Amino acid sequence: MEELKEQVTSMPRIGEPAPAFEAPTSHGVLKLEDFKGSWLILFSHPADFTPVCTTEFIAFAQIYPELQKRGVELLGLSVDSVSSHIAWVRNVEEKTGTEIPFPIIADLSKEVSMAYGMIHPGQSKTETVRCVFIIDPNQIIRTILYYPLTTGRNMDEILRIIDALQTTDKNAVATPANWRPGDMVVVPPPNTQEMAEERLKQGYECVDWYLCKKKL
Amino acid sequence: MACISPDGKPTESGTKMLRALKSGLGSPEEIAKDAGLPLFRVRSGLRELTGAGLTTEASGKYEITEKGAELVK
Repeated sequence: MEELKEQVTSMPRIGEPAPAFEAPTSHGVLKLEDFKGSWLILFSHPADFTPVCTTEFIAFAQIYPELQKRGVELLGLSVDSVSSHIAWVRNVEEKTGTEIPFPIIADLSKEVSMAYGMIHPGQSKTETVRCVFIIDPNQIIRTILYYPLTTGRNMDEILRIIDALQTTDKNAVATPANWRPGDMVVVPPPNTQEMAEERLKQGYECVDWYLCKKKL
Repeated sequence: MACISPDGKPTESGTKMLRALKSGLGSPEEIAKDAGLPLFRVRSGLRELTGAGLTTEASGKYEITEKGAELVK
C-alpha cells in the first residue's frame, strides 16, 4: 500500500472547540486562550498590500466599535510576516486615515491556516482564502464563512450573525431568514404531540405548530 | 515583544500594566480595567512581563517585582 505522504487535517466544524494556537501577531505573540471570555472573529485574508483585502480591513476597522459594544474582538491572519503587516497597516492609515486597531497573525509557518482549513489549493496553494470564524466566549466555533479570493466580505452580515448568536444564547430562540435585531424570533419547535397542541394556544404568532414567532 | 522594547524597557502598554500593579496584586481582568487595555492584550503582555522578571504570578494573581517597579518609578 502506498504510503500516505500528505498530512490530512480535518476541517474545523461548528459546535466544536476552536483549534488552539500560539502565533506571532502585529500586537505580539497571542494564544487563542488569551481571548477566553470574549467573542472572537478570527478572519483570514489572502495577502497584505492587495486591493480587496485593503477594502476589507478598512471595513473591519469601521465596524470594530460596534463589535466592541457586543464584546467581540477581531483577529486577522495571513501568511505574510509581522513586518509586512506593520508596513501595510501603517500604509492604510497614511493613505486612507483609517487606523487598524486589531492584531493580525503572521502565519508564515501556515500552522494556524492549516488547523483552520484556510488554504484551499483550488483557489491558491500559497494564500489563505477569505475565512471568518466566529468563536464564542467558551472558545467554541459558532459560525464559519468562506469567501473566494475575488469577493470581499459583507460586514453587515457579520454583525447580523453576532447579533443573532447572542440573541439565541440569551433567549433560547432561533432567528428566521433575514432577521434583524427587533424583528420577531422563532420559538423552538415542540418535541411532542402534546406540546404541539399546547403551542398553538400560547399566544405566539404561528403559521402552524412547527413555525411560531414571538417578540422579545 | 509587545510589552517590552528591544532595549528592555516596557512599551506604553507594558508601562500601563506595571502601573496598574503598583498598588498591589491584580488579576488580568482587574489590570485590563485599570490599564484600559483589552483583556487579550493584558494576558499576552503579562506572559512577557513575567518572562522578563518584571511581574510574578501566583494562583492567577500578578504582582510587580522590584525590577518592574524600578522601571515605572
